[in-house]
Amino acid sequence: MTTTTLAVLVPLLPFLGAVAGLLLGRTAPGFVRPLAVLPTLTSLVLAALVAVRQGGGAAVDSATELTPTGSVPIELALHIDGFAALVAVLVGLVASCVQIYSTGYLRDDSRYPSYAALVSLFTSAMFLVVYSGDLIVLLVGWEVMGICSYFLVGHYWETPEARAASLKAFLVTKLGDVPFLIGLFALATDAGSFRITRILGTVASGGLDHPTLIALLLLAGVAGKSAQFPLHTWLPDAMAGPTPVSALIHAATMVAAGVYFIARLLPVFEASQAAMVVLAVMAAVTMTGSALAALAQDDIKRVLAYSTIGQLGYMTGALAVGDRGAAVFHLLSHGAFKALLFLAAGVIIHAAGTNSLAAMSRMRNLRDRVPDAYWTMTVALLALAAIPPFSGFFSKEAVLGVAEHVVTGHTEHAPAAAGWIVLVAGLVAAVLTAAYAMRLWLLAFRGRGIEAPDHGRQPLTMTVVLWVLAIPSLALGGFAFRLLPDWFDGRQLSPTLTTSVLGTGVALVGGIVTYAAWRHTTALTARVPLGAVAAHPEADAAQVEAEAIATHEPAYGDIAYAPDPADPGRLLLGPLHRHAAAGFHLDAVYTTLFVRPVQAGASLVRFLDREVVETYVRGAGALPRWLGAAVRRAQTGNVQTYVSALLAGTVVLAVAVVLAATGA
Amino acid sequence: MHLAYPAVLSALLFCTGLYGVLARRNAILVLMSVELMLNAVNLNLVAFDVWLSRTAEETLHSGQALTLFTIAIAAAEIGIGLAIVLAVHRNRGTADIDKLRDTSEWHDPDNPDHHARTAGQSDEAQKAEATA
Repeated sequence: MTTTTLAVLVPLLPFLGAVAGLLLGRTAPGFVRPLAVLPTLTSLVLAALVAVRQGGGAAVDSATELTPTGSVPIELALHIDGFAALVAVLVGLVASCVQIYSTGYLRDDSRYPSYAALVSLFTSAMFLVVYSGDLIVLLVGWEVMGICSYFLVGHYWETPEARAASLKAFLVTKLGDVPFLIGLFALATDAGSFRITRILGTVASGGLDHPTLIALLLLAGVAGKSAQFPLHTWLPDAMAGPTPVSALIHAATMVAAGVYFIARLLPVFEASQAAMVVLAVMAAVTMTGSALAALAQDDIKRVLAYSTIGQLGYMTGALAVGDRGAAVFHLLSHGAFKALLFLAAGVIIHAAGTNSLAAMSRMRNLRDRVPDAYWTMTVALLALAAIPPFSGFFSKEAVLGVAEHVVTGHTEHAPAAAGWIVLVAGLVAAVLTAAYAMRLWLLAFRGRGIEAPDHGRQPLTMTVVLWVLAIPSLALGGFAFRLLPDWFDGRQLSPTLTTSVLGTGVALVGGIVTYAAWRHTTALTARVPLGAVAAHPEADAAQVEAEAIATHEPAYGDIAYAPDPADPGRLLLGPLHRHAAAGFHLDAVYTTLFVRPVQAGASLVRFLDREVVETYVRGAGALPRWLGAAVRRAQTGNVQTYVSALLAGTVVLAVAVVLAATGA
Repeated sequence: MHLAYPAVLSALLFCTGLYGVLARRNAILVLMSVELMLNAVNLNLVAFDVWLSRTAEETLHSGQALTLFTIAIAAAEIGIGLAIVLAVHRNRGTADIDKLRDTSEWHDPDNPDHHARTAGQSDEAQKAEATA
């Protein structure tokens, strides 16, 4: 088979699997698990084959016209360069791990068939986005991912948190997608084509008329999809979905789609200096703000969600300084270790029966209950904190190295201001990242208090994938940073001495300070008892998690916050802690700015409809009603009256006819 | 015989019948008056048929044939009519047309029993509308 055929099969197989899973889910439950796992695994193998054949050489391009539109044609096109090939392998790997993990995680879930089918559909849409060489086809995959995310976040739709979170995720991302669509049309109008290769050709020859406008419009869609400030608020709430969904969609792949999109069209953004500075500011605010918020969260998955936002901030930061190689390198290593973190968090939530770090810090020996999750999560957290030699170190240093490169005067791709913003914010975020990674590890695994509940061993499907993902988290960076430049633009990704020393140094400082704060506060743990443990510890992991999320708010009064004085984050953040736990009140601002006006508008429209429009309708009905009442009086029920009227009418007609006939 | 005699006679018969239909209160007498009107028409049919076919070379006497037809129909009609009157009389104890006002939209203040019946009927009518 040619490379093109293989590449077409990659998104097609999970799609067929999803269709078959939806059709057979009820009638043949035995086929659901194979139909979920096998197409995704096959796609992983095929994506790896495509990557090997492509080999970082010339891009594979293939196109056939889909619809003659009359103006700009839409083509079913593939454009597989080194970026696409490698990102597709990552997507296939994470999706396969998540599908295998889900068979154990949602073991007893009655909605597993539709869940697995939606995950397959999502996987297929993500492959489409990655391989597509045409922006409209890319947009199709982009929106299918959005709707799958909506359904999967709302998987536990019995709980109000999940319902609200799925609606919020959908609306906020759509808020970005509308400008995104307009931006795509503007770009295609300027370039005369939706094909990525032709658009890049137009940009290279300087044929773009409105680069800043187009870049900013596209940036809105990217901010919504990749959860960048100010459209990031949906991602922490989306943790109300099942953990494997958070791992696949809200950590490793879908949220990376925005970053990947900019990486594909980076020359369009580079054409506008203003857009690059906006991108840098967005990345900086996202990085530092989300890291502060992550330090104050109580829900283990919300910590990871804010961490995802921050790491995506690093990727957009790398793009803002004009190096897509570093951005996609961080995308790959982050995809592996963040998927691992989420999947391990799912195991921990199942074992502990709670998602609250405050409750976990009051449990002894949790790490002995889940040794696989303990060791793999330690690896992933070290990767997240960018400690050498874990993969996160190399990719993060690549980002910081590029920023330093721009700061030192190589400003042909990006303005120096963007370089400074990204470098400073990146270093600040590195301290905070190490701090919250350390806090998470200490609170989850170094708790003291009552013995952690023993639920027996975790299912094999859930622990094996952790080790599979631990391999790239451990080793991807070290092995790949020399090879990746051949696949990407050819720019060096090796860590430079200054940023490596600086980055590792601040990360160590962050970790050590957190450890000291924890030593200081941990004595308080015994004095303030806190606990929220789900009611059904023997049930499958998905049910435990749903109950844990549902009980968090009644137990602690807030979904993200716990009144725990033993939390080192409280000591470190000081008065900022309360605001950071609430995500710096951005939701409250949005409520005041958008939700309330919309609700007021809705009640105004309702008033106008009820009181004004309906009055006219009722008034129009009044006259016929009065006429009808008058006519009804003639209906006496006396047959003889009717006959008399008939006779009178006949006589009148006859006389009239006679008069007319005689001409009188 | 000149056409005027049967024509005048039939006009008189028709007027008598019409008066009966309009003024009589007993349903049986009303039916009898309807018969008078029908017979006035029959008489006209026969008389005009004879008068018109006088000059014709050949004729089917369709007027007289129609008369026979009308008589047959009238017999059937009076049979059904009398049966209805009989049934109404058994149910209500009266065959007085003035008191059979169930289709009235405008009820009689001095007939409370009638009012109740109308209300029941309007309920049924509403049900019929709803099912339609």
